[in-house]
Amino acid sequence: MRVGFTVNGREETADDVWEGESLLYVLRERMGLPGSKNACEQGECGSCTVLLDGVPVCSCLVAAGQAEGRRVRTVEGLAEGDRQAPIQEAFVECGAVQCGFCTPGLLVQAHDLIERVPRPSDADIREALAGNLCRCTGYEKILAAVRLAANRRAENP
Amino acid sequence: MTVRRGAVGAPAPRVEGLAKVTGSAAYAYDRPVADPVYACPVQATIARGRVVAIDGGAAAGVEGVLAVVTHREAARLADTADAELAVLQSDAVAFRGQFVGVVLAETPEAARQAAGLVRVEYDEEPHDTELRADRAGLYTPEQVNGGFAPDTDEGDVDAAMEAAAVTVDRIYTTPMLFNNPMEPHTSVAVWGDGGDEGGGGPGEARLTLYDSTQGAHVVRSTLARVFGLPPERVRVISPYVGGGFGSKGMPHAHNVLAGLAAMAVPGRPVKLALTRQQMFSLAGHRTPTIQRVRLGAGADGRLTAVAHEVVEHTSALKEFAEQTAVGARMMYAAPNRRTAHRLAALDVPVPSWMRAPGEAPGFFGLEVAMDELAQACGLDPVELRARNEPEVDPESGRPWSGRHLVRCLREGAARFGWEERAAVPGTRRAGRELVGLGVAASTYPYYRFPGSRAVVGYDGSGRYTVRIGAADIGTGAWTVLTQIAADALECPLGAVRVEIGDSELPPATVAGGSSGTASWGSAIVAACHAFRGAYGTEPPPGAEAGADMPRDPDAERFAMHSFGAQFAEVRVDADTGEIRVPRMLGVFSAGRIVNPRTARSQFIGGMTMGLSMALHERGVLDHRTGHVVNHDFAEYHIATHADVVDVDAVWLEEEDAHAGPLGARGIGEIGIVGAPAAIANAVHNATGVRVRDLPITPDLLLR
Amino acid sequence: MTPFEYLRAGDPGEAVAAVAGRPGAAFLGGGTNLVDHMKLGVAGPDLLVDVSRLPLDRVEETAGGLRVGAAVRNSDLAAHPLVRERYPVLARALLSGASGQLRNVATTAGNLLQRTRCPYFQDVTTPCNKRVPGSGCSAIGGYTRYHAILGASEHCVATHPSDMAVAMAALDAVVVVLGPGGERRLPIGELYRLPGDAPQRDTVLEHGDLITAVELPHLPAARRSAYRKVRDRASFSFALVSVAAVLDLDGDAVRDVRLALGGVAHKPWRAARAEEALRGGPATEDAFRRAADAELAGARPLPGNEFKVAMTRGVVVAALRDLAEEGR
Repeated sequence: MRVGFTVNGREETADDVWEGESLLYVLRERMGLPGSKNACEQGECGSCTVLLDGVPVCSCLVAAGQAEGRRVRTVEGLAEGDRQAPIQEAFVECGAVQCGFCTPGLLVQAHDLIERVPRPSDADIREALAGNLCRCTGYEKILAAVRLAANRRAENP
Repeated sequence: MTVRRGAVGAPAPRVEGLAKVTGSAAYAYDRPVADPVYACPVQATIARGRVVAIDGGAAAGVEGVLAVVTHREAARLADTADAELAVLQSDAVAFRGQFVGVVLAETPEAARQAAGLVRVEYDEEPHDTELRADRAGLYTPEQVNGGFAPDTDEGDVDAAMEAAAVTVDRIYTTPMLFNNPMEPHTSVAVWGDGGDEGGGGPGEARLTLYDSTQGAHVVRSTLARVFGLPPERVRVISPYVGGGFGSKGMPHAHNVLAGLAAMAVPGRPVKLALTRQQMFSLAGHRTPTIQRVRLGAGADGRLTAVAHEVVEHTSALKEFAEQTAVGARMMYAAPNRRTAHRLAALDVPVPSWMRAPGEAPGFFGLEVAMDELAQACGLDPVELRARNEPEVDPESGRPWSGRHLVRCLREGAARFGWEERAAVPGTRRAGRELVGLGVAASTYPYYRFPGSRAVVGYDGSGRYTVRIGAADIGTGAWTVLTQIAADALECPLGAVRVEIGDSELPPATVAGGSSGTASWGSAIVAACHAFRGAYGTEPPPGAEAGADMPRDPDAERFAMHSFGAQFAEVRVDADTGEIRVPRMLGVFSAGRIVNPRTARSQFIGGMTMGLSMALHERGVLDHRTGHVVNHDFAEYHIATHADVVDVDAVWLEEEDAHAGPLGARGIGEIGIVGAPAAIANAVHNATGVRVRDLPITPDLLLR
Repeated sequence: MTPFEYLRAGDPGEAVAAVAGRPGAAFLGGGTNLVDHMKLGVAGPDLLVDVSRLPLDRVEETAGGLRVGAAVRNSDLAAHPLVRERYPVLARALLSGASGQLRNVATTAGNLLQRTRCPYFQDVTTPCNKRVPGSGCSAIGGYTRYHAILGASEHCVATHPSDMAVAMAALDAVVVVLGPGGERRLPIGELYRLPGDAPQRDTVLEHGDLITAVELPHLPAARRSAYRKVRDRASFSFALVSVAAVLDLDGDAVRDVRLALGGVAHKPWRAARAEEALRGGPATEDAFRRAADAELAGARPLPGNEFKVAMTRGVVVAALRDLAEEGR
């Protein structure tokens, strides 16, 4: 089938997409957007997190047909032009990136959190990010980065 | 020869940070390749036996399928001495999950669907997967991982135990554990002159691999040998690696499978990424351990006997003997010491390195036993260790290059509020929670491996390039090596670019044994000094100089290890047994810290993996089938954000004058060592329940 | 994954007809369970009828209760002010399930109909009576940590993994079903089956039956309710055991109580015996314990999950005690 949706603000279509392909696969292998990662393909790790109609989802479990006509935003689309999103800047500043494989999914999930919740508590952050597994960092710097980005976001709404 | 301080010691941000946060860092599977073919393996569903028939007809009939390759069709490998890598070379099945075929198709979904349609018939043999201390067939390996002798015996442990005023004699166990880096093992392989990386004369086969590895050169040399190619005609490219923790420290079967599969579609790249489930049989694991720890001491707690005897498994296919008891040889002084390793060769997947092999499981047994000894002596556990601090390495007699364990313990105790610890277990409460504190000692050897070379070049307009086949698997190596080079060249950080992760670069040892900074770093220092020596401070454009890692004269004269003290607070719910760890602290002595930012990440990451090992991780092997039942992230639990509250790591400000030009010992693995024991000891302090088997789960603490 | 056709249904009737008319068809909600199972080879529909965009996505007030559309996302339901106010047990149960990403996609109906997490069910290479009737139960004699202690059979010891369903069971929710023959209502306790000798059937629904809504009755006492889930890590794991509790006190006496247990059976387990033991009696820890024991008297734990008996007792006592304290 042909599937068409908006990705990072641009209309994209893909032809000969099989119904069983996941949104993650379509983004990575057909649309040249390999930023979102496949680490478990079961929705158990969050590495494939993208925004679907503004809401974070595990794209590995979204069948291609379900994405038809909708708005998708990936890690590649978090930046506004040349300017990184607050969460991206904060991750680099705080040293929250190690191997980087969980990073794209975390950025999307954390970006959504600080957009929705003005000053999330540490417990809020931990719970919101509980679906994003990281094996490297021990999470501490990720938490620091989210706090920093949230504070900056709250100061610049 | 030391390095001037400047960039080294500063918390420089990661050089590749921007690429990673924008999603532009290309990991192996992300690399754009022309006209890819997707591979899906077929795996054995028996644990031992032979394949007697494979019918790929239905599979081949699936639209988009290009080939079904089994041991019948697969090319013959040139070298099959490494049984793990002798992929698709015979009909023998050595463990459940082993590759018995691979399907190649235009899409991964077609490949997956077709792989499910391949019909395999087996001649199944009875399999043996159960590890028990009393089982038949336990044997002594010639050596254990790291090149150590399997057994040591000093003095007379049995007599000393008889005579000791206080003794501990207990069994401790750790389960099967899986590295589970976030990036699955991935190989994208192409033969001939495919893509823009290939090239070769007519009739000259050439293999290019986009891979995810802790050592591009090891993969290259191994695959060259296996496929019968000169190493120059194998190229391994691996700039970004999504974690490894040992599981990508040597090539595994998937590397060979990718190469074999790509032979079926010459010129086209074959993309193979293991699924998370497949990783549980094909990416290595840490053996379960059954440890008997015996400690004998005087009434004052001074050890007279230390015995650490371990039973563990290996795959019958290929031996890997984890050095679980080796740490006990050097940790505490006692005139009577014994260590032993016994293996059961089972029909299980091939074990391999997992973060701090040996020390990680071994220090669970040893450090819980020390806590039990402290309890039996009526001594504070910190004090007990202080009383048993050896002046020199008990095993070799060599002086320590730097051992500050007692300082780590004392400082940690002060910072952690150790004085609040209840002397009597099970007596401290906060509402419905039982509260406890625990401590454990930690250590990791200093390794510097020869074999790395660095080359420094200058472009004529102020920029230096340092080339070395090192790997950054999330450790921060890329950044740290840049800092080291900048200081050695005495130029600003921004003027230096380091290239790593490609077998075309000068050779480098594997990212393992926490050796990267020391090994690659000292090669880089030598190369930078050679460069300045040759060209001074005004090099011409194109100037280049290289050097191998210099020998370390002190390595033979000193006992070189990093040490640490691990503290944990636990809270146990009195109604349900649930355990939470609100605080952990590690205080480490590791020589000079080259980059405080990346170092802290490594310490804390290791400690978090230790927390995960203490409370969550366990591979459940079903002996009826020989497979790991909980083979995915839903069922094999690793610590999440919600589990990790406050994990802190600090270090002693020091340099190790004997640890090469940087004065730095390794830090990547020590964090996991001792953390599980600290938590187990805290659980005991909270509840009075002594758990000697990991993981510690709520059901073990229910009243 | 077997190839399939994909159809977006325009209205519930069309969806029902499309599925009922094709033996290999299945409804697709959020897909977080079904798509996973299709990749694993556990499910192989040849037609997916997407019902996630049907106009069944509202939460509406009824006479003191709520009517929850089948397509309401779990995250929206958990955040709904009326749910949080009137049925906090339901909000807490939802929030304790899965992760934010999964809750954003999973639908009410999909959550009710999610299938067991038994690892042998999910692995097509291990025998499983639920997946392939008659092939055997691999869990019996195997890894049983997440398996049943109540209501199981020799054919199947799987548990139902939904937290939301446990809360709904405690609330006496009613499931509205549209089938080829029309609409009917099922109390949630009658929706699910025990495995018996037909473990392949999780529910009483027939092929083509579509859940269109869940009705939560008027239950003022539910304003004081709680969900407590015991798991191996702090978040993002299935329950070892869980309890949904509603406690209505008259001074120190139990006027009414609703208790449902999760992680212990093939369905959310309404602890009717415990409720009976508690009603009209004192709200003391002793009474809570005795009530739990009354319910657990019929427990048949397996080697490997014996701990669930004590754990269930512990979590029931804790949940009721905390609710009782709240009430004072």
